[in-house]
Amino acid sequence: MKVNDVVLQTAAKVVFFIILLFSIFIFFAGHYTPGGGFVGGLLATGAIALLLLAYDLRTVQQLLPFNFMIVVAIGLLLSIGMASGSIIFNVPFFTHAFDDFYLPLFGATSLHTAMIFDAGVYLVVIGAAMTIIQAIGGDS
Amino acid sequence: MMTFIWIGLMLVVLSILGLLLRIFWGPSIPDRVIALDAFGVTLISAIALLSVLFGTGFFMEVILLIAVMSFIGTVAFSKFIEKGEIIERDRNS
Repeated sequence: MKVNDVVLQTAAKVVFFIILLFSIFIFFAGHYTPGGGFVGGLLATGAIALLLLAYDLRTVQQLLPFNFMIVVAIGLLLSIGMASGSIIFNVPFFTHAFDDFYLPLFGATSLHTAMIFDAGVYLVVIGAAMTIIQAIGGDS
Repeated sequence: MMTFIWIGLMLVVLSILGLLLRIFWGPSIPDRVIALDAFGVTLISAIALLSVLFGTGFFMEVILLIAVMSFIGTVAFSKFIEKGEIIERDRNS
């Protein structure tokens, strides 16, 4: 029996970008307000899971042609690279640094190396959760 | 003003209790799924009233998060009821 769910697919096309924007917002807001890499990564996984619900596994794999285990590896590499990069400057492991920069669109912005660590957490959470979902949902 | 918010919070909690009755003794599975969906909506309103009571805006992200997760959960449940599997391998075959 073929089921044609136009409403779900059309809604998923719009809601996917709203959830993804909210995930990116909650990732960047993590320094001063609740949020951070973990919740942002889980929300991005929720957005991809909505696409998986509306479409099928093969379409989403064509849409996002990543091996999500490599995404986990890249996230861990970002985190460990940030943590060990502080050794080069002769300060203890995991020492963070920040400075104020003037960016053209944002004005005076404070950039902190903890965001690189948080980006690593984000990628690890997305990769691990998507690997679990694809491994469980794939074989039926 | 705070009295009205307390009264509203009590009404929301009463409706949550009514939804819990429907979740426990719902005759069919779709009844329970719809009750869970409405549970999410009432939870959102309860958190909004609580954030007014606490005088903080830090719960706004939680509200949007519960809305997103409730939507995805309801879609997953309805797809499971309709088709028997949540994530298909290939839809066109």
